[in-house]
Amino acid sequence: MNPKKRRRLAFALALIAAGAGGAVLVITALKDNVLYFYSPSDVVAKHVEPGVAFRIGGLVKPHSLHHGKGAAVMFAVTDGRTTIPVTYAGVLPALFREGQGVVALGALNQAGEFAANEVLAKHDERYMPPEVVDALKRSGRWKEGEAK
Amino acid sequence: MTGEIGQLALCLALALSLVQAVAGFTGSAAANAGARAVASSAALGLFVFVALAFGALTFAFVTSDFSVLDVAQNSHTAKPLLYKITGVWGNHEGSMLLWILVLSIYSAAIAFAKRGGERLTSAALGTQGILAAAFILFILFTSNPFLRLDPPPFEGNGLNPLLQDPGLAFHPPMLYTGYVGLSAAFAYAAAALITGRADAQWARAARPFILAAWIALTLGIALGSWWAYYVLGWGGFWFWDPVENASLMPWLVATALLHSALATERTGAFRTWTILLAIAGFSFSLIGTFLVRSGVVTSVHAFANDPERGIFILMILSAAIGGALSLFAWRAPKLEGGTGFAAVSRETMLLANNVLLVAAVSVVFIGTIYPIALSAMGTRISVGAPYFESLFAPVFMALLILVPLGPRLAWQRGDFGEALRILSPALGLAALAAAIVLAVAAPRSLAGAGAFALSAWLIAASVIDLMRRGRFSAIPAGAFAAALAHAGLGVTLMGIAGTTIWKSEDLEVLGPGETMEIAGTTLRFVGVETVEGPNFIASRATLDVMNGNTVVASLHPEKRVYPAEQSETVNTAIRTNVLRDLYVALGDKRDGGRWTVRAYVNPLAPLIWLGAGVMALGGLLSLIGRLRGARLARGAVSPAPAE
Repeated sequence: MNPKKRRRLAFALALIAAGAGGAVLVITALKDNVLYFYSPSDVVAKHVEPGVAFRIGGLVKPHSLHHGKGAAVMFAVTDGRTTIPVTYAGVLPALFREGQGVVALGALNQAGEFAANEVLAKHDERYMPPEVVDALKRSGRWKEGEAK
Repeated sequence: MTGEIGQLALCLALALSLVQAVAGFTGSAAANAGARAVASSAALGLFVFVALAFGALTFAFVTSDFSVLDVAQNSHTAKPLLYKITGVWGNHEGSMLLWILVLSIYSAAIAFAKRGGERLTSAALGTQGILAAAFILFILFTSNPFLRLDPPPFEGNGLNPLLQDPGLAFHPPMLYTGYVGLSAAFAYAAAALITGRADAQWARAARPFILAAWIALTLGIALGSWWAYYVLGWGGFWFWDPVENASLMPWLVATALLHSALATERTGAFRTWTILLAIAGFSFSLIGTFLVRSGVVTSVHAFANDPERGIFILMILSAAIGGALSLFAWRAPKLEGGTGFAAVSRETMLLANNVLLVAAVSVVFIGTIYPIALSAMGTRISVGAPYFESLFAPVFMALLILVPLGPRLAWQRGDFGEALRILSPALGLAALAAAIVLAVAAPRSLAGAGAFALSAWLIAASVIDLMRRGRFSAIPAGAFAAALAHAGLGVTLMGIAGTTIWKSEDLEVLGPGETMEIAGTTLRFVGVETVEGPNFIASRATLDVMNGNTVVASLHPEKRVYPAEQSETVNTAIRTNVLRDLYVALGDKRDGGRWTVRAYVNPLAPLIWLGAGVMALGGLLSLIGRLRGARLARGAVSPAPAE
């Protein structure tokens, strides 16, 4: 091997090593920061442990919204089959409505309620988060035409 | 009538784009001067007809012609004129028409400027012709804005109120100028491969387009993030949302491209790499368009979930990337190599810049694409912000440490010790900044101290660089541009560190006369009144900023109801003195005239966008310097130094 070739080989090896190191870092970071999306039925079926962060999505159950002490609000998310109570200490998005789509981010507490630290609603009347559409479809409560 | 004119103009534009493609490629061979003239004329004609189509659609929007489906679905007579106009691109169909308009402007500019010689221009026009044809077909088949509605409705559905905002009105045109500007760089890369010329002159020809794209992307992203900051009411400016990432990735690649093209231009180094980056830059623009327009991600940008559109864009995407990479694999080995450089040289610094930027792009790309790939297999996940922050931040910090060294090292062989000696005052200032932050800022933050040290390093080094270059008027535009852009990075970094590390946040339920306290500021809730706007009804709160018992200022956050769109928005109130933003958003109504109020104090937040503006100004300066240099060279005056 002449010096030029040797230098090239060393460069290629360094590149592969850096790439592999980077991949390991990326995979570790991904593993720690992935949030799963569950519909209320999934939450029951998959026996999600309390304290594990995930996103829940479905429709806000009609007449389930009420205010607690201070800034706390309570409502329930349903996919038509299963209903999960949600507690949230914060301001609900402007387009939060009973009977419409919602996605919340948080974890179950010991009481089996979903303690949300972020609540997202759809952006306008014609638009529903794809995750919610998915959850409704899976529970068989999806009516075509609601997406528009 | 306007609908038919628009439709016809678009069809003629399609024909012209095909002519431009065929004539352009034919003209790239030496002997075909006639074909080259045809390609240039076709490019100008393409611009005229696309502009006509765009004008027709704008006319339909301004006159509220609801017999056009797109207008009926996205406009309303009660909308202010500004939002009737910006509504043209506030929907999928119109925004794709805007995309084509920008593309045709770049095509016309390429044809007009003829940078890098006749053959290179011709091949670039051919590539642009194909792109234009593909996107016009996309519009005509899947997203025609001129479809008619019979009978026309009496009133339109209105525009999503979130988009009825001055910040967002100009965000799409700016971002598209950037996205599509990278198509010009892409076209020049393809032209280099076709004509077998990727020398310094080629890099010089492509550079203004790269610069224009980079400036527009910088401003477009800044506008979008500013909008998110004051409209969403969460006090944040960046959420690592897939749609934000879709614009960040082309920006990162464009930044890398800007720097590697600099080396290609000066010494002919990295020529194949520069070409590859130009291809990658536009590929990321297309990936961004796909992510945003196909409805695969949840966002305000996903206007409609029409799978047909997604598949069409995916086809354009794979054809463009596949075609360009095949061309690259076939022709790149034939390009002649550049000159070598020593381990300590400006080239090495530019190489490091590129390696780190590519690493940053990879991090963002994996985090963005991974959930989408998994969702295709039925698992819905999202990647949280900590993933991006924990990987992106270290890579970018490493990059920022190196930034000031680049301009101080000579081409081909630099002197590291000399550079450090010259920059030592900046190092001292950085250490001082870190010490001050550690001593003064509460809570104490090592990351914050590091960020401020880096900011000081970047800004001070830029000042030193300019001071070393002697007389103010003798400083070349390029050096000024680099100093401004690098200092701008430092300013933005201060803003980001200030808001993320030292932000105060409070949420209270307040009745009239009650007060809340945030970061030493007292806010007194006065009450909420109903105010009527042009097309909305607002609940307008009044909060007094108190100093003891005197009222210093009043803030008026609103919640607006838009009856036409049956939608609501939150309008925050921000009081800023540049060093900090007092940010208030109105929440829900509670019993007894009480409301939830969310307040933030965001230290240094305005610096985020101010810095972006400084960066863009740097880019603009470089662009002007370039174009002036080109004019001088053409006028047979001694050409201005390239940098």
